[in-house]
Formats: sequence, structure tokens, C-alpha cells
Amino acid sequence: MVSTLSEPAAGGGLLPSTVKILIAGGFGAGKTTYVGAVSEIEPLTTEERLTEVGVGIDDTSGVDAKTTTTVAMDFGRITITSDLVLYLFGTPGQDRFSYLWDELALGAIGAVVLADTRRLADCFPSVDYFERHGTPFIVAVNCFDGAPVYDAEEVRMALDLDPQVPLVLCDARNRKSAKQGLISLVQHVIASEEPAPVG
Amino acid sequence: MSGQTDGPGWADDEAGPFVRPYAMTQGRTRPSEGEFDLIAVVVSTQPAASIRGDLPPEQAAILNLCQRPLSVAEVSAHLHLPLGTVRVLLGDLLGAGLILTSGPRPAAQPQRHHLLKAVINGLNAL
Repeated sequence: MVSTLSEPAAGGGLLPSTVKILIAGGFGAGKTTYVGAVSEIEPLTTEERLTEVGVGIDDTSGVDAKTTTTVAMDFGRITITSDLVLYLFGTPGQDRFSYLWDELALGAIGAVVLADTRRLADCFPSVDYFERHGTPFIVAVNCFDGAPVYDAEEVRMALDLDPQVPLVLCDARNRKSAKQGLISLVQHVIASEEPAPVG
Repeated sequence: MSGQTDGPGWADDEAGPFVRPYAMTQGRTRPSEGEFDLIAVVVSTQPAASIRGDLPPEQAAILNLCQRPLSVAEVSAHLHLPLGTVRVLLGDLLGAGLILTSGPRPAAQPQRHHLLKAVINGLNAL
């Protein structure tokens, strides 16, 4: 029973609405850098403690072992208006914590999957996850200094991306570039929610 | 699950904070009230000056922090407490009427379209 809703908040006024976008990709793909480039606050870290009962681990020596693992998630914040706040969550690299991914993806506007062309395969699990769960996403190729330069079509083919999934080039360190990636994602979400043309 | 009573394993390898999160929540892992999504917003109903002195320090810290609305994730990050622990503490505060919370509300289609447009406009204005 929550009977406190009519009491005034010390903070005053109505509580703001919140939305979230996920920043995914392999380890070292620049997720935290990307979050930090657009966030109005220094990226924060929150931790979830998970109890694992040897899920999906090919280690027969620890069959009965129950271990507690701490998974850290970096996130940032962008105040859109006084009553709307956008949070950006970097997905934890450990792809086997599917419970955590499910929690992150639930209700998210969508995801930006960062691809590092030096290790393109590292973003496969993210792409695969969002495809399977129907979470809208775009792929942002993070153009690191010294990374092999591929054109967008080569990356698209290597990732076997659906033609509708936008692929953009970005520099995760650059605020404007990171911001543009987020805009591309939201535009993609809006476009994909428009009624499909008949015929 | 075997019938043996596994200890929580909190006295071994890693030395952590002096008061274990487990102790702060009296061993509970689920909040007594509320869902507390990562981006649910929490605000104190108590002005900082009138926070009861007999509250456990972590609960008082949450009320102090939430004088302005903050997300559950931010509360966890600022207080360096795991999300699970924060959720239990928030559940107690909600039950006691000391906080208000609003979860992310799934918006109906026209409203959702409006929301997404607002996000784009906000990002463009950055």
C-alpha cells in the first residue's frame, strides 16, 4: 500500500520522466568514452552483485560452486528538459550475464552498438542480442586512430546487418559525433514505428 | 539445489566495506515495496533538516541525497552501494512514506512519438 503519493516532495514538483539508451559493443570499443563524451556528468558506476551457479561456464571443477560476481555498469545523464532525463548505460562486457542485459534492455529506446574495426567480431554478441530481442539499434563504427579503414558497406557485410539498420561512422571521444549517433538511433526508432506503407 | 546451507561467502577472499551490504538489509535481497527500475526516479519527502536522527545511516544518506529527484542508478553510484542493496533500502523508505518514486511509465503510442521527438530536439540543442 503506497498512500504517500499526495504528500509534497521535498524536491518539489512532479518527478521527471526518464528514458534510457544503451551503449553496447565489445570490451575496449569505447563505450565509457562515448558515454562520457555526451553526458552532462562524469560517468558514474553502479554495481550489481550476481550470484552465479556456474551458468554456461565450461569448468567442470566448479560444478557446485556458487560465486558472487560484481558487475559494474557505467552510465551518464543528459537532461533533455526539466521533466525529461535521458540516461546512457554502457552494457557490461560480460555477455553471459543475460539477466542484467534483459534488465538494461527493458524499456530502452534502443542501443548504439560500437564497432571497433580492429576487432569487429567483438560486437557480434551485442548485435545478436538486440536482433533476437527486437531492441532497435544502430551500429556506430568507432574510428580509432590507426584502425584499419573499411568503408561502411564492408562493415555492414561483415556484420551481416539487416539493410534497415543504420550504420554510422563516429569518434567516441567527440561530443558532436557521439550526440549525432544518439540522434541517428532515435530517428531510426521513430522511422521503424511509423506504420509500414501499404502495397 | 542441495540441502546444505551455503554461507553467503562474505568472509573470504575480498575484504569489502566494514558494514556489509548484506547486513544493512538484514539479509534481504528484495525490496518490501516497489520495483525500483534502474531509471526509476526517487525523491525524499523529508526536507534535509527534518530527517529523523534514528534512521540507519544508509537510509538517512539516501534521504539527504534525494532532496532533488535522482534515479535509482545514481543513488547506487553516489553511495557506492550495490543496486540490490539500494533497492531494499528504498523499499523500506517507500514503506515508511519517506520517499516518493515514479517508475518509467510505458507510454502510449502518440505520447511515445512525442517523447522521442523531444529527445531528438533536446539532443540537437546540446
